[in-house]
Amino acid sequence: MKIRPFRLTVLGLSLLIPAALCAVVLFLVVYSGQAIVFNGLRFLTQVNWNLGDLYDDPVVVHGIQVPSGANYGILVFIAGTLASAAIAIIIAVPLAVGAAIFLAEIIPSKIRPALSMLVELIAVVPSVVFGLWGIAVLVPFIGRYLSPNGSGYGLLAASIVLALMITPIIASTLLDALLQVPRENRESAFALGATHFEVVMKAVMPMVRTTMIGGIVLALGRALGETMAVLMVSGGGLNIMPTSLFSPISTIASFIAGQLDSAETDPTNMSVRALAEIALVLFVITLAVNACAKLLSSGVLRVRKRA
Amino acid sequence: MSANALKSPRTAQELRRIITGKIGWACCGVALLLVIGPLVDIVGVVTWHGVAAFSPHLFTENTTGPNGGLANAIKGTFLITFFAMLIAIPLGVGAGIHLSEYGRDKLASATRFMSDTLTGTPSIVLGYFSYIVMIIGFGWGFSLAAASITIAILIVPYLARITELSLQQVPNTMREAAYALGAKDSTVVFKVVLPAASSGVMTGALLALAISVGETAPLIYTAGWSNYGWNGQFTHEPVAYLTYVIWTFIDQPDAKSHALAFAAAFLVMLVVLAINVGVRLTVRRKKFI
Repeated sequence: MKIRPFRLTVLGLSLLIPAALCAVVLFLVVYSGQAIVFNGLRFLTQVNWNLGDLYDDPVVVHGIQVPSGANYGILVFIAGTLASAAIAIIIAVPLAVGAAIFLAEIIPSKIRPALSMLVELIAVVPSVVFGLWGIAVLVPFIGRYLSPNGSGYGLLAASIVLALMITPIIASTLLDALLQVPRENRESAFALGATHFEVVMKAVMPMVRTTMIGGIVLALGRALGETMAVLMVSGGGLNIMPTSLFSPISTIASFIAGQLDSAETDPTNMSVRALAEIALVLFVITLAVNACAKLLSSGVLRVRKRA
Repeated sequence: MSANALKSPRTAQELRRIITGKIGWACCGVALLLVIGPLVDIVGVVTWHGVAAFSPHLFTENTTGPNGGLANAIKGTFLITFFAMLIAIPLGVGAGIHLSEYGRDKLASATRFMSDTLTGTPSIVLGYFSYIVMIIGFGWGFSLAAASITIAILIVPYLARITELSLQQVPNTMREAAYALGAKDSTVVFKVVLPAASSGVMTGALLALAISVGETAPLIYTAGWSNYGWNGQFTHEPVAYLTYVIWTFIDQPDAKSHALAFAAAFLVMLVVLAINVGVRLTVRRKKFI
């Protein structure tokens, strides 16, 4: 075989991407190794996250140095992540579906590009700006009108901000799909005497169901990994399971982002390792969700074939 | 016979269907308003407070607590973005060239899948990875190098996929014509395919630029923070960046810090939105002509 230097070069460049991904997984696994051994399964099932006494002499457990009294349990963060993402999806789906239908059916095609661009622009606003808006507008609003304890920081604020951030993902996916539904479907439904709304609900929406679910799962993946906006408005709950919409929470991502200082002060490095383990958990969760989205949108799981 | 004579009075069922439809459309309209409304409010609030906090000394003075300006943060964000793009553009475009031109095998589709996985990985995970590898492992400390490389890891897969997509828009006959003239692989790509797809690649690069200006989470664990401007060192020297000002200063109790946070948010939002609006308008115009 002839050696073609140019092709080899670009092949090498493209292989850097899988290499980077493998490096991320590998280093997280290797680095969190001691933490995985020390924590075992308690890591996922315990509520209590305690760095231990960082100024006392470290104790040795299973041959691993840990600060005395240290205990790492992330159930609270898993609960916070799942709860905030789930509520965000519950808020975002009806909004996105309604907005996409309205854009596709009612808005005249002359101004549709402008409005759909506005919707897409929401997705590019940096998450830290969403967080700032959350602190400046949303949190005072919730604190004054909704929250029983007067504090707006918490699960609800985090979920609403997340919902705003993921709505455009669902809406633009759905809008693209709606605009591609064949005319015949709509026309035959109209011919049967359906109202415009019935046409959309019964003849158009079933055609785009798989795409819509794919978009929702993609949005879920984004919501699970979102960091800054959640960190800024969630109230940073620690060691208490969220009990109401107004409980302070932490998600896995926001907790990692907020823990830099304590990680730096741990002489045994155990908290850095435990944080690496959390990052690994987050990686696995988002990987699973994104793989689902990919399967759905690639049509492997498509049940209903287009007639 | 007029049309009215044909119409019988509406039955209760018909009426219900019509009313359901009207209510349905109203709900959809409200949903659209609720989606676009917050964007308008975000832009409005940030612009309002940001413009109020604007003054020339933002660009000339370094941040010293709640006083001072944003000069160090602006420089830092610029440098991080610049070096990240310097690393990411050759790698991302090169990878995109491979995927588009020669990527028909299993390896390439695996690369595509992993590239999408990397894009979907939460940026805080990438930041933490860089922290344990570069800050702790290599002992670089919070630094420009670590921050730029992290952002580059974040945007390379993105650039690769956009490059691939835009190169595939170039008709195959152009490649064949070039090869028929005896051109080498590199000549075909650099003189024929890339120039033809340059607007797509530029779009990708600009969008990647917008992402890197607005990123925060991966920088927390890699860039650190510094009250001073860059002194030319790539390692062992933390750098300031604009998004840090936004999320830490808004938590301070005093109004001056809040003003700085809003000014920083205004700058970041201005850059990100300007790039995105500009790209979308030019791309759209091309489509219609």
